[in-house]
Amino acid sequence: MSDRYQQLVNTPIGKIVSKQIGLPSPVTLERYERGQPVVSGPVLLGAAPGGKLARPTAKVLAAIDADVHTPLDEHVRTAAADARLEAKVWGPEAASEDQTFKALLFDASGIENSEHLRELWAFFAPTVRRVDKSGRVIVLGTTPADCKRRRQATAQRALEGFVRSIAKEVRRGATAQLIYIGSKAESRLESTLRFYLSPKSAYVSGQVVRIGATTFDADGIDWELPLSGKFALVTGASRGIGKAIAKVLARDGAHVIGLDVPGLQRELEETIGELGGSALVLDITDDDAPARIAGYVLEEHGGVDVVVHNAGVTRDKTLGRMDEDRWETVLQINLTAQERIDDELLAREAIRENGRIVCVSSMSGIAGNAGQTNYATSKAGVIGMVESMAATVGKKGLTINAVAPGFIETQMTAAMPIATREAGRRMNSLAQGGLPVDVAETIAWFASPASGGVNGNVIRVCGQSLIGA
Amino acid sequence: MNASARRVAVLGGIRIPFARQNGPYARASNQDMLTATLEALVGKFSLEDETLGEVAAGGVLKHSRDFNLTRESVLGTRLNARTPAYDIQQACGTGLEAAILVANKIALGQIDSGIAGGFDTTSDAPIAVNEDLRRVLLELNRAKSNGARLKALAKVRPQQIVPQIPRNAEPRTGLSMGEHAAIMAKEWGIERGEQDELAVRSHRNLAAAYDTGFLDDLVVPFLGLERDQNLRPDTSVEKLARLKPVFGGEQGTMTAGNSTPLSDGASVVLLAGEEWAAAHELPVQAYIVDAQTAAVDHVHAREGLLMAPTYAVPRLLERNNLKLGDFDFYEIHEAFASQVLCTLKAWKDPVYCRERLGLDEPLGEIEVDKLNTHGGSLAAGHPFGATGGRIVASLAKTLKENGSGRGLISTCAAGGLGVTAIMEAA
Repeated sequence: MSDRYQQLVNTPIGKIVSKQIGLPSPVTLERYERGQPVVSGPVLLGAAPGGKLARPTAKVLAAIDADVHTPLDEHVRTAAADARLEAKVWGPEAASEDQTFKALLFDASGIENSEHLRELWAFFAPTVRRVDKSGRVIVLGTTPADCKRRRQATAQRALEGFVRSIAKEVRRGATAQLIYIGSKAESRLESTLRFYLSPKSAYVSGQVVRIGATTFDADGIDWELPLSGKFALVTGASRGIGKAIAKVLARDGAHVIGLDVPGLQRELEETIGELGGSALVLDITDDDAPARIAGYVLEEHGGVDVVVHNAGVTRDKTLGRMDEDRWETVLQINLTAQERIDDELLAREAIRENGRIVCVSSMSGIAGNAGQTNYATSKAGVIGMVESMAATVGKKGLTINAVAPGFIETQMTAAMPIATREAGRRMNSLAQGGLPVDVAETIAWFASPASGGVNGNVIRVCGQSLIGA
Repeated sequence: MNASARRVAVLGGIRIPFARQNGPYARASNQDMLTATLEALVGKFSLEDETLGEVAAGGVLKHSRDFNLTRESVLGTRLNARTPAYDIQQACGTGLEAAILVANKIALGQIDSGIAGGFDTTSDAPIAVNEDLRRVLLELNRAKSNGARLKALAKVRPQQIVPQIPRNAEPRTGLSMGEHAAIMAKEWGIERGEQDELAVRSHRNLAAAYDTGFLDDLVVPFLGLERDQNLRPDTSVEKLARLKPVFGGEQGTMTAGNSTPLSDGASVVLLAGEEWAAAHELPVQAYIVDAQTAAVDHVHAREGLLMAPTYAVPRLLERNNLKLGDFDFYEIHEAFASQVLCTLKAWKDPVYCRERLGLDEPLGEIEVDKLNTHGGSLAAGHPFGATGGRIVASLAKTLKENGSGRGLISTCAAGGLGVTAIMEAA
């Protein structure tokens, strides 16, 4: 599980050697610890003239008590003043050379046409090299489909290319993200902005998230315990990524209902026992599994708030050598069982108001992978499930989203041949593998009651892997 | 201002040209300069043997022996010796504060006329003996026997000869005024170019004020100096761009060209109630309408040392039901170009105006054509106590020539102080 190369290049001698011979030098990413501030250094907030997101952004920055700087530009200063954000002034010419920022935030929603895209250059060219270690670059735009004018939609779509490139340019563990806000969704920004600003999003980079309108607001939420009073079902919770998910959801205040197969009962009960949750032992592919799950959550807890479909398996073989059992097992566990469970829970209204369904897709599901026709089919199907269900569950006040992990350091990856493992680790913008907690934190962001506007998204937790990008 | 108060007229003022430190006034004392300036005012307004309500003046760098400097200066003029006088001190706000004090007494009917003024010499500055030596000398003075005297004298050490020269530093921060201004400039993202432009405009406006004769009856030659020594009519942004930064380190933006130099000089203005003015057949140039001082907490809250006027002006405007744009002329003391620019940026910044000044909307902007129209401290120089009198006299005449209108004065001062006032054409 340990990345010996990363440990080596982060020793004093390793740093010198790797720099001299131009080897990738992954830094140790900052990761969230309880009680930490959302962002641990100064934040620079800029905006293209006429944008509508500077004000809600400033509100969030005021709420997290960030040390904010802005250019002395009337639009963004007015937004800051309206948000009661006592922002400092920043000008590239007068700033000292050693002024750095933990995060650069730019409201690009005012960009109306391709010529206005110049605003991106104007804000980031003098600032991008001032991003701190494990820093953040976040661009906010208007969802292109919600743009009223053709040229505006074109320009807003162009933001993706910019953000994906800047994500590849920033160094030392810094990441870049694009947040699209749909119409009437300006006030739904907070949970996403907090996630992306914080070390919780350590291994997420170059991603695009779309936030839409929702009737559920986050007023009065305890951001340290957002899932307080909520029940979260996690399948495959006994070990690996599932265990990390259970832990993070429990940390956020949820009562976790851990589910796993009878063969893993002991491990499951140990894991869930530590978290003070409940263990549910069954095989999700059993015919009666959906009914049993629905019955259990309704009887024991009166329903469930968060459903995380984490259980998944691989049975790799190239297609010509793959027997039917390998195909069926993977498809059943990774996709069909999830569909059946969702249908049953929805039919019996077992998922409570403002509830969440979170699925786990995979980089293979996006890019495809030799030897994984079965697995990639199931994981691409998960994306299809998110896309096909989003509108339906959205009408019920629920959301469905998926994470797509890239190379995550687990027992599974530790067993890979070294060349494959090293390639997987290094071929991403952060030059290292992610940790199970990175996937779990992303799921916790989807699961938050404040994330009602985040629906139908697939977010890769892959350090901006080159594969499938 | 109180509705029952009397209107306070500015009848005019005069000053000597301001000299650079260790220039033509190197051997002139504060008293020499103030006496000469008062005497020029006496001549200008035929005040010979006149007993005025009072004369209030002050300076920053004073010898301790000069506790009654203004009174002594009055006694050296042709004013009636029965004219009372006193010294005041409020750093760079001294001159304007003196005018406010005299004006308030006139408004209340306590006096009918008065002179307000200020002076400073950075050349003939007081030098105090070393603190150790001072203690030894005081002990010597207290000694009653020869033995005790010898014992005290035996404590004299060579290093005690090093004198204490007054420093241009804030006592509670240890930073010079310039370093404070450099911090503000950085906080507000003030660029080198805009500072140099402001400095050039100051020099051009002052040069024009001399060339058009505007200053003919406002400045009286002294010790062979006829114009402000610091004035560079031919300066340009290109020339100023060549200067090296003096504050804010190597990357600093503040130079000798966009900061005021240490200077020597004095200025006075004649204020009176309308009846007194009419009785003496002296035309009123302008009225002092209201004034406001404020202070920032540069020590604990780390506010910009020279930002106090940003607080004073909104209070002044609110009390007089005016907006920042309601003025025809603005006189903002140019301690440093960066200070003026910080002030202007703060007043139009929504964040500063809401969070610091408690305003729902930015205070507003000032048209640059209306700012320091006859030059400012960057061109004229800035003998600390004398700047207020220079500005009041210049603004009064500007309003008189304009025939109508309103002017705003804003002066920052050491110690986080700000002194501001409104004047109106007669």
